[in-house]
Amino acid sequence: MAVSAALSESGAPERTADTLLARLRTGDEAAHLLTLGFAASILLIAGLLVWELFSNSVDARRKFGLDFLLTSKWDPVAGQFGALPFIYGTLITSVVALVLSVPLGLGAAIFLSELAPPRISDALTFIIELLAAVPSVIYGLLAVFALVPLLRDPIQPFLGRVFGFVPIFQGPSYGVGFLAAGIILAIMVVPFIISISRESLLAVPTEQREAALALGATRWESTWHVVVPYARLGIIGSIFLALARALGETMAVTMVIGNTPQIAASLFAPGYTIPAVIANEFTEATSDIHLSALIELGLVLFLLTIVINAFARLMVLATTKRGTTHP
Amino acid sequence: MTHHYWRKLVNGLMFSLTAACALTAVCVLFWILGFLVWNGGRALNLDFFTQLPKPPGELGGGMANAIVGSAQIVLVAAVIGIPIGFLVGVYLAEFGMGSFPFFVRYTADLLNGVPSIVMGIFAYAIVVRPLHRFSALAGGVALSVILIPTTIRTTEQFLRAVPRTLREGALALGASKWKSIATIVVPAAIRGVATGMILGIARIAGESAPLLFTSFGNQYWSTSLGNPTASLPVMIFTYAISPYADWHRQAWAAGLVLLAVMLLLNMGARVVLAPGAAHKT
Repeated sequence: MAVSAALSESGAPERTADTLLARLRTGDEAAHLLTLGFAASILLIAGLLVWELFSNSVDARRKFGLDFLLTSKWDPVAGQFGALPFIYGTLITSVVALVLSVPLGLGAAIFLSELAPPRISDALTFIIELLAAVPSVIYGLLAVFALVPLLRDPIQPFLGRVFGFVPIFQGPSYGVGFLAAGIILAIMVVPFIISISRESLLAVPTEQREAALALGATRWESTWHVVVPYARLGIIGSIFLALARALGETMAVTMVIGNTPQIAASLFAPGYTIPAVIANEFTEATSDIHLSALIELGLVLFLLTIVINAFARLMVLATTKRGTTHP
Repeated sequence: MTHHYWRKLVNGLMFSLTAACALTAVCVLFWILGFLVWNGGRALNLDFFTQLPKPPGELGGGMANAIVGSAQIVLVAAVIGIPIGFLVGVYLAEFGMGSFPFFVRYTADLLNGVPSIVMGIFAYAIVVRPLHRFSALAGGVALSVILIPTTIRTTEQFLRAVPRTLREGALALGASKWKSIATIVVPAAIRGVATGMILGIARIAGESAPLLFTSFGNQYWSTSLGNPTASLPVMIFTYAISPYADWHRQAWAAGLVLLAVMLLLNMGARVVLAPGAAHKT
């Protein structure tokens, strides 16, 4: 540490004097002020981030106002920007992702915390956490070459034949679209749900389980009626964190969403999401208003994920503080 | 009695289901690994590491410039992000009482949750726009804003895990507070802190969304940090969605290389540096 080395030369051991200068000379105050300055810079970065997003999208807000969020015509050539299809696509793909990943993730978390022997549980958790470290572009690569062909034929035609009476399973099967994006998002967020839910479940006091078992409950009944409700805030928090991730995920979705700004009821239809349109059009935006509209989309995405994250963090905080057996 | 058997049955059935869930999640990793090793392994050759990309339509070529470019961008991000993240982590762990530190901590957590593409827009606004060009520097700034919150979190976490008695011992011997931090507390936690930093760097090395419009891309070697620079993740994206079969082949090779680096950094950091201290971001 170069900083502390530099400080140590000035740090004379005069601890009796109490003036600010003397305290600075012992180094304590200097170290405090230095780190405080850097801590303050975090707030500065966050403030600057909000300011840049806000000020660079002023043009779009002035021109379209609230219509930006409520209309669905996105035509850069004509200078028409309505973001509704992107908002719709972002929400739908995230909902599909949660519908698939929440039962799977919660089930796995229950297995890892309640049933599996600690050694096996730790080994499996380690593997699952490695999954969280796989870059999203690699998920995208697999989605393009492995998932999409499978969906095009046989999965989507099969779903269409069996569940075709439901509007979300109707229409031609391209492979790319809401369903493909939702599935790859589900695979990407499952590790977060598992690892945070498992933590919350492990934080439930053992006495709670023992009390339920002593009353004659089976192990499953104790888990489902006592342990899971006790950890519910943490579990809900993990779901919200997963939702925030899914909303902001860019690369994997961009590669399989189909890049078509439309609002379609069918999950088989191609669509578009906010991060995907930013990724695709940002470098090609020729007019200032186009760039401004894209940055406003960024602002919308930012606000959406900030609110969900803030909520999720508070929930996770609330459970892990309560537990007693947490290591 | 039938009710009793029914409950037993539900118990067994539900727990088998949860086991199946866990197994499915784990299988995904092996599916990914298998697919990448199978497709990437066939595509990987020496050219990949030594040659520049060929124009579309021509066979062969490699991604040597993107490998070096990724290293450049990540280095810039680390040089900016690691010191800031580390010092803020020290502040939160050692001076972190009261409402201001709480606010800083919460802000860092929220920054951690901001989508990486938004960080790309941020770096575009503060670096690309004023300089009027895409650059490795801009890419590095975008990644550093992603690296800072994770570094803060892990540094604070591992510094806090250092026993109070060590600090008190140092103070009792007459060391000033910062001296006890610099010579006792930080060295005691250095393995954990370093693990956190390596994991953070591994994470940003795989990011592509924030680089699309900051470091952009380059068919050739980038000679300075002020020039557009190719990076491995962005190359995978461009090559995978292109219509050329030979580019698909190279995307697989790049995917395998990137995943191998990722897994090595992750496993190395967790297993070698801090046994048993697997953490979550």
